Amino acid sequence: MGCPIGGLFLSRLGGPREPISMGTLEWPDRASTKAGDSQKFLSCPALGMGLANGSGPDLPFEGWMQGGSAQSRRMDTKHKILLVDDDADFLDLYREIFRQLPCAPDIQTANSGARAIALLEAEPYRLLVTDLKMPRMDGLQLLAIVRRKFPNLRTVVLTSVVDEQFRSRVYSQGVDLYWQKPSAEREIEMLKDCVQSLLERNDNAGFRGVQSKSLVDIIQIECLSQSSCVLRISNGPLIGRIWINHGELFDAEAGERKGEEAFVHILSWKSGNFEILPAEPQREQTIQKSYNALLLETVQAFDESQAGGKASGTTAEGAPAAKDPIDQLEGLEFFIALKAGEPKPADARKIENPEGMTTWTRATLKRFRTLGDKLQVGEPDTIVGLSMKGHVSLARNEQVEFCAGWHHTLDALTVRRSIKQASALWAS
Amino acid sequence: MGLLSLFSKPEPTLVRLPSGSFTVDRSGRVVVSTLPSSFPEHLTDEISRHVREAFLDAKEAGMNLSELVIHYPGLKIVARELRGGALIFLVPISLASNTSFIKRL
Repeated sequence: MGCPIGGLFLSRLGGPREPISMGTLEWPDRASTKAGDSQKFLSCPALGMGLANGSGPDLPFEGWMQGGSAQSRRMDTKHKILLVDDDADFLDLYREIFRQLPCAPDIQTANSGARAIALLEAEPYRLLVTDLKMPRMDGLQLLAIVRRKFPNLRTVVLTSVVDEQFRSRVYSQGVDLYWQKPSAEREIEMLKDCVQSLLERNDNAGFRGVQSKSLVDIIQIECLSQSSCVLRISNGPLIGRIWINHGELFDAEAGERKGEEAFVHILSWKSGNFEILPAEPQREQTIQKSYNALLLETVQAFDESQAGGKASGTTAEGAPAAKDPIDQLEGLEFFIALKAGEPKPADARKIENPEGMTTWTRATLKRFRTLGDKLQVGEPDTIVGLSMKGHVSLARNEQVEFCAGWHHTLDALTVRRSIKQASALWAS
Repeated sequence: MGLLSLFSKPEPTLVRLPSGSFTVDRSGRVVVSTLPSSFPEHLTDEISRHVREAFLDAKEAGMNLSELVIHYPGLKIVARELRGGALIFLVPISLASNTSFIKRL
């Protein structure tokens, strides 16, 4: 994806405004936020203020934020790459190719999956590049093991297998890149660029230089710099849009919510992705408050609810809170959320004795995770069970497992879509 | 050439997930199958075992499921309950899959 903040930064410099910038958003840790800390979010750290008063140095965003050029960091760290292929000639060839990378990585080779595992266990590597077709342990088996034992290791598949099914299965194992073995000089150069980019990518989630910035910060950046754009924020299946014209909040939309209500709702999402789309100056203004006032109100409301105000059931506007959107899902009969390692459900709605369903949910998800490993197709995304009396669906979102019952009149597709929506809503 | 081939190493192969269906009875024996013979028998057995056990567990939890649909990123399994056995469809999902076909199933 490259540097996602690049688009943002270009707009500050008066450069071309490409339609899309993308990034990952994270809320500040609300658990550690005390009531009254709202102002902390709004006193935009160096990031926002530097941009507003133009005091930032003319460095690429990444260098400015992290205090040092990419060049100097390269000098400090020597990345380690492990190449795995049963063909010694290929290993020699790729060793030579990757030696030419600008970061001059340390390259080790293994001629089998078992040898690769042994090397990975012996010392930390930054990147694993593996073939698929290998005797005894093939690339898919190796990747399945690597995914479990070394979840932070970046992985590239370099293969002569041209098959969409294998490409799909490889990506379902969480691989970063799937490359057909290069046959021309240009392809080799492209491969080198991609591998170099993978090696340089920051370890932490989020975008380079502004990781852990909240949506509040992003909105402040846009408003302080008087820019015009549409922020498109996605959180699983939930999509929200915020219109900003000349640094003023104009409108917001999230599902059926509009205006301020939608804005408050979007800000309640803990994490997600954002894109900056071109401005829509003709958009009608529905938000009359200044962005500062609205952000302050919203964050204060969150602080209060964090401090125990949730029970009062009011929104930022002081109006009665809307019903929980999960309960509003069409045909929902019951809903259970289970956290890993906790025997009791973290949330159980519309069900009196969830023990039976809890046991079945855990056992079934575990059963089909095991099967997914054996078939090398990744973890189950959703499981839908249909019956004459009612349907049931299971899903997993990071460390939380979900089970929901649905009215029997719904079809399998709707049930699947709804459990995804319910799990995303619950996570938000 | 035939003599030389005696000394050549066998080409490593990857197991391709088939598109097709098979029926198992309540004891797990495959009754009918449209899966290619190249698909390992032990994987067919694994799939049918997990599916039948999931149906049984559901029954014990008070749900008489008639159909289970398991969505993996690379495969969709549709299983219909058949008096303790199951009719199981396998649909590999590739990035270029015809999604409308997969959705119809």
